[in-house]
Amino acid sequence: MAVLVFAEHDNTELKPATLHVVGAARALGDPDVHVLVAGEACAPVAEAAARIEGVTKVLLADDPAYAARLAENVAPLIAARARGYGHVLAAHNAVGKNVMPRAAALSDAAQVSDIIAIKAPDTFVRPIYAGNAFATVRATDAVKFVTVRTTAFDPAPAEGGSAPIEAVEGPGDAGLSRFLGQEISRTERPELTSARVVISGGRGMQSGENFRMLEAVADLLGAAVGASRAAVDAGFVPNEYQVGQTGKIVAPELYIAVGISGAIQHLAGMKDSKVIVAINKDEEAPIFQIADYGIVGDLFTVLPELKAAIERSAGEP
Amino acid sequence: MKVLVAVKRVIDAYVKVRVKADRTGVETTNVKMSMNPFDEIGIEEAVRLKEAGTAAEIVAVSLGPQACQETIRTALAMGADRGILVETDAPLQPLDVAKLLKAVVEAEKPDLVILGKQAIDDDASQTGQMLAGLLGWAQGTFASRLVIDDGRATVTREVDGGLETVSLAMPIVMTTDLHLNEPRYASLPNIMKAKRKPIEVKTPDELGVTVNPRIEVLEVVEPPKRQAGVKLATAEELVARLKEEAGVI
Repeated sequence: MAVLVFAEHDNTELKPATLHVVGAARALGDPDVHVLVAGEACAPVAEAAARIEGVTKVLLADDPAYAARLAENVAPLIAARARGYGHVLAAHNAVGKNVMPRAAALSDAAQVSDIIAIKAPDTFVRPIYAGNAFATVRATDAVKFVTVRTTAFDPAPAEGGSAPIEAVEGPGDAGLSRFLGQEISRTERPELTSARVVISGGRGMQSGENFRMLEAVADLLGAAVGASRAAVDAGFVPNEYQVGQTGKIVAPELYIAVGISGAIQHLAGMKDSKVIVAINKDEEAPIFQIADYGIVGDLFTVLPELKAAIERSAGEP
Repeated sequence: MKVLVAVKRVIDAYVKVRVKADRTGVETTNVKMSMNPFDEIGIEEAVRLKEAGTAAEIVAVSLGPQACQETIRTALAMGADRGILVETDAPLQPLDVAKLLKAVVEAEKPDLVILGKQAIDDDASQTGQMLAGLLGWAQGTFASRLVIDDGRATVTREVDGGLETVSLAMPIVMTTDLHLNEPRYASLPNIMKAKRKPIEVKTPDELGVTVNPRIEVLEVVEPPKRQAGVKLATAEELVARLKEEAGVI
């Protein structure tokens, strides 16, 4: 009973999320891990998947119908391929969340969403109530559909494998949906969910303009920039910056929360970070209860000081 | 056009959730319950479609124990026309909910079904996608904008790096994201009026669906707590600690 991993990519590059999902697949203890690459003219992605350590086979479904990973077209492909596998795994992010439940339903199987630990091949731990409780659940279906919180699993090494690539055919275009276009924020900074350092601003930032102060620190640290829901709702920054239960879940090495009080909603999205720093003028702010290091002070004073201190520190041996 | 909106009764978003001592779940006795916030956004979107003349009728559907009638009443007070309660005390998981909703959809024949992108209790984010799959309909998930024109729906979806737009053949299932709209508060006259709107009660048996949970919950525990750390006086000290003690910069 092999494990099938649904690969995330943009037809050119394999996304790092897939390495984490393969990491989770290997943690299931099954020696056979296959990766399904569905896309259009995406042979380089299949080749990258074949090089991941621990991957034993790559299934390549190359069809214009799969170019934008539309759920209506891709879910029947996954459901058709799923038969005979013990597990089907995908990342619990925008693509996986859209496609996997549809594929599970087409296979008359339940789905276990957003797992953070594997206790046995059929038993998983997942956060519920915005991470305020952890549920241990057992899936009883023959094929277990699972989405994986990528930050909870170490990535499989991107190099070291040499799996064969097998071309497969799928049902193609269901004729229900068309991809019209996308507006993706262009940024030189790393992606929020895979960044080693994240610096986020909250309502305390007071304006979108002031986020430039965060960006200046972010650029010194090679960090991604995030925001609390309050900052997004106030229109300081676009939706895709939001860290929290209903936004992105991050777990970087270092998380710096600036002007963020620490609503449960926000904490659910970042409290698994390795080191948390909080900068807030309210010393009673809940964020300080989970922060490793805190500075009580006006962020408009502290941020320039922080920038200067990092610059000085970088100049030292 | 007829719009069907699924509404779930959940622990209120502002209540601090407590895990039961016997580790079987979370405490729900004497806890304030409300409509799942994403479902409020769903009702609001339907009401706006009706106000714009696009929708003719809004049906709010809830599934679960009798108390879910309250959640339906909230939807009726916001502007839904009538309610359907699929009443059962059995624990409901997304696949079963999708099967029950499919049966309701086949009877009601709506052109648009709206669900929240996730419920804030189980955080599964599955039901809308499963329902669309079972119906063989197109799905517009994590929607931040909906435009209906000439038998097609144009849905703008929130994706990881920004936004994506798809064109879908109607009928569709749509799931709401946070920024689709800002739900209204029900006015007192509308709350009074809602009391007279009809709610039809059905059972899973009547819909021809056997509820069959495929996932066993073995244990529910509190997450490990993080300890509060130290407060520092200066940014200088912070950088030194991050470098030497934590080794993260």
